[in-house]
Amino acid sequence: MKELSLNILDIVENSVKAGAALTEISVVEEGDTLTLTITDDGCGMTEEVLKSVTDPFYTTRTTRKVGMGIPLLKLEAELTGGELNIVSRHITEHPLDHGTTVTAVFMKNHIDFTPLGDLVSTIITLIQGHPDTDFRFVHKTEKFEVVLDTRQLREVLEGVPLNTYEVIKWIEEYIKDQYIN
Amino acid sequence: MKTLAELQAIKEKMKDKVILREGVNQLRIVVGMATCGIAAGARPVLNAIVEAVNENGLQDKVTVSQTGCIGLCQYEPIVEVFEAGKDKVTYVKMDAEKAKRVVEEHIKNGKVVVDYTISLDKQ
Repeated sequence: MKELSLNILDIVENSVKAGAALTEISVVEEGDTLTLTITDDGCGMTEEVLKSVTDPFYTTRTTRKVGMGIPLLKLEAELTGGELNIVSRHITEHPLDHGTTVTAVFMKNHIDFTPLGDLVSTIITLIQGHPDTDFRFVHKTEKFEVVLDTRQLREVLEGVPLNTYEVIKWIEEYIKDQYIN
Repeated sequence: MKTLAELQAIKEKMKDKVILREGVNQLRIVVGMATCGIAAGARPVLNAIVEAVNENGLQDKVTVSQTGCIGLCQYEPIVEVFEAGKDKVTYVKMDAEKAKRVVEEHIKNGKVVVDYTISLDKQ
């Protein structure tokens, strides 16, 4: 992927497909490290599936026999000297607290570090495509902290869909404003 | 600085329109957003379509949605147009500019942009 934000878009699609009501996307930059955490309350994975998700020849899709999402993110993290970890609790064994957490650590100063790219565009695209699920997005560095929580917006909107054009435009500006200030 | 009060105002304005709009859209534009699509550039294509649909005042007629892998990864980004009573139209190797043209010529004026479509013999 050209941008890390595109990997994020790709991985979060898995959370949505797992039936998550809430997916939390956190990007924390501290010194040389960038930690990406994607946590969802979806159905989770069994231990057997969890073991095979970093294998490119494992996929849930039916149109093709390869799945590159997680393997790509893992490779991109490891190329910088970082790592990827996945913790998952499957709904059958953890009926009350199921879900998946993907954590990827990157060394920002490594020459192979994929730039973050347009995170705002990724968040907007997720909300546009999945207006009925909630996302909490946090981007924290030593200089700023950007937060967007669709649950808060949903309360204000009272039934007006989050992917209404005017709303999407407002969200885009709302996040961008936080980066500037 | 954008405020929640502004969002509240948008809600008041959209409330009635949304009720009217539900279930009337005859036309559906679908963008492939699996790993293959995203890596090939589907995100700017999707956003260009959303923009163009609204710039052309088509939001009451068209639904823009996302889907997983369509199965033709080498032709991504792929955009499919579904219209009631008509054959599905599949656009391949799209970019933001092409997407804009598809909205203006096909969605708005009803003329399929054959330059970007795929047919069986081309596969």
